[in-house]
Amino acid sequence: MADVSIRNVTKQFGKTEVIHGISCDIRDGEFIVILGPSGCGKSTLLRMIAGLEEISSGEVAIDGRVVNRMEPAERDIAMVFQNYALYPHMTVYRNMAYGLKMRRMPKDEIDQRVRNAAKVLELSTLLDRKPRQLSGGQRQRVAMGRCIVREPKVFLFDEPLSNLDAKLRVQMRLEIRKLHEDLKITSVYVTHDQVEAMTLGDRLVVMDDGYAAQTGSPIEVYERPANMFVAGFIGSPAMNFMEVTVQESGQALKLPGDIQIPLNGSALSGWAGKKAILGIRPEHLELDSKGPLSILFTVGQVELLGADTLVHGHISEEKVTLTVRLPDVHRFEKQATIRLSISQEKLHLFDPETKKRIDG
Amino acid sequence: MEKRVVFRNNVLPYLLVAPQVIITLVFFIWPASQALWWSFLREDAFGTKSAFVWFENFADLFASAEYLNSFRVTLIFSSAVAGVGFSVALLLAVMADRALRSATVYKTLIIWPYAVAPVVAGVLWFFLFNPTVGMVAFFIKKAGVNWNHTLNGTQAMTLVIIAAAWREISYNFLFFLAGLQAIPHAFIEAAAIDGAGPWKRFWTIVFPLLSPTMFFLIVVNIVYAFFDTFGVIHAITRGGPNYATNILVYKVFNDGFINLDLGGSAAQSVILMIVVITLTVVQFRFIERKVNY
Ligand SMILES: Nc1ncnc2c1ncn2[C@@H]1O[C@H](COP(=O)(O)OP(=O)(O)OP(=O)(O)O)[C@@H](O)[C@H]1O
Ligand SMILES: [Mg+2]
Repeated sequence: MADVSIRNVTKQFGKTEVIHGISCDIRDGEFIVILGPSGCGKSTLLRMIAGLEEISSGEVAIDGRVVNRMEPAERDIAMVFQNYALYPHMTVYRNMAYGLKMRRMPKDEIDQRVRNAAKVLELSTLLDRKPRQLSGGQRQRVAMGRCIVREPKVFLFDEPLSNLDAKLRVQMRLEIRKLHEDLKITSVYVTHDQVEAMTLGDRLVVMDDGYAAQTGSPIEVYERPANMFVAGFIGSPAMNFMEVTVQESGQALKLPGDIQIPLNGSALSGWAGKKAILGIRPEHLELDSKGPLSILFTVGQVELLGADTLVHGHISEEKVTLTVRLPDVHRFEKQATIRLSISQEKLHLFDPETKKRIDG
Repeated sequence: MEKRVVFRNNVLPYLLVAPQVIITLVFFIWPASQALWWSFLREDAFGTKSAFVWFENFADLFASAEYLNSFRVTLIFSSAVAGVGFSVALLLAVMADRALRSATVYKTLIIWPYAVAPVVAGVLWFFLFNPTVGMVAFFIKKAGVNWNHTLNGTQAMTLVIIAAAWREISYNFLFFLAGLQAIPHAFIEAAAIDGAGPWKRFWTIVFPLLSPTMFFLIVVNIVYAFFDTFGVIHAITRGGPNYATNILVYKVFNDGFINLDLGGSAAQSVILMIVVITLTVVQFRFIERKVNY
């Protein structure tokens, strides 16, 4: 049990800097998810916490002690690797016992811990198998078992579910969450899958190209994305963006094609007459012919997902394409025009220059 | 998907394998069967008549102190060559693997000894250690050792072991390095997190994962030390002094071509043939079972 403190950490490989100063305080027992697209430096950050990669500058502290100069073994962490990295020549039992043996724990205590973990993870009947005789999900569990027997201060996960099929992924996700609720061990979990991030994390760190774009609870990040990157990255299908002009009064937005959307707040006064980027999530557009904030939308492609229908199309003469997510099944003709309404509270505005959120 | 090539013409495939079959027949099957046949014959003193003597040649061999000595010498020689070739190569490979994860220059340099023909290597070492003109011999003498491998059997043995292992090191090194680089780094990292230091990591993770490579190399090294070292022995010691380095292959040559005892020499080669066949069978058996850890 420990808190982890990441203070202005950077990483250079040779001359190229891939992490540009990230700070984050992880509370004791918290489950933090580091989320970001491929190549943004998630694994690198995690590996610096683990001690597998040197920290170029800044500090990482675990349980109040700066660990920059410590070997991985001294940091009292455990890690689940993307390919599990189970020792192929050892049985499941020996895989789980290895870390304890290296720490010279008495044999009977090792045995007790391994058997306990095996019971929790439903591996008891597989203890004599070699990793190659296990299914993907079972290997994943062994990798987790190898971590829990150690009872470390911190768990680190590097995309542990990315090699599993969709169904197993959902199941393991729930198991990881349950395990965390039982053990309450501080966890740092790296993924590029936003559903995993939203469901697992107490808090998310959304990374963009070596920077921490936003840190916050999943709902905060979803409801108030700090910039256009986060707004576009979180949510599926991605948020719609369009260029708008704030009216002279600062009380309404002018969309292309002379569509006007009145604003409730008045904090946009500084933006009067200027251009801004409007973001609307596909699920926040509703089918409505009467509402005051309705816009005309021309249907293009329609994707029926069963529970939802995704409609791709455009407003105002093809200039602005939009994706709409409607609950239930809807069968629209191509080129049909429908009215969509927008709820004012669900609008996001961004500065076209800095891409940052404009709060209003 | 079908990966095999299917031939329409049924003569072409036979033509394609014919060269290999002919080479095997002419250079292996035929001499081997000749040796087998001769091993049952004994010629009279003038080489004019020969008689079929069943296993007498073999019985004589195992009764001969000289042959048993040769067996002993071979065992010492080949285990030392394999041992030295092995450990030095593994040490170099581990260091190379640490230092430079993809250093082709280094790899190319270290394979050079293998490209040197055994006889040339033998001559090279012969001169380096030559008691009168050799550079290395000069330094050894300076260090107070009375070096003369032409008189001292142990020194002669040491020298041929070094000369033979020297070539083997480069060969083993390549396999070890490839083996090491094939081990995913995540295993090592997982072990590091699990609390194993470098030494423990090597013996509990790396070494076991290298075992298929290792086993393959043991067999190859023994076969090499048994058979391929003829050139080294011939160039450096000619089996001497006083039979101290008279390994089995060298004795086959000596008895057959110098002493003209064809029957005895043929019997010795048959025994060597049995050794190599056994080793090969063991290798394939073992590899099939054990390689998939
Ligand atoms: N050892 C290294 N040497 C040089 N560059 C590296 C090294 N490791 C990673 N990088 C670079 O650092 C950047 C971040 O890599 P990292 O592996 O952390 O990405 P990631 O976010 O984990 O991506 P993914 O989701 O694909 O695993 C990448 O641009 C990568 O090319
Ligand atoms: Mg990664």
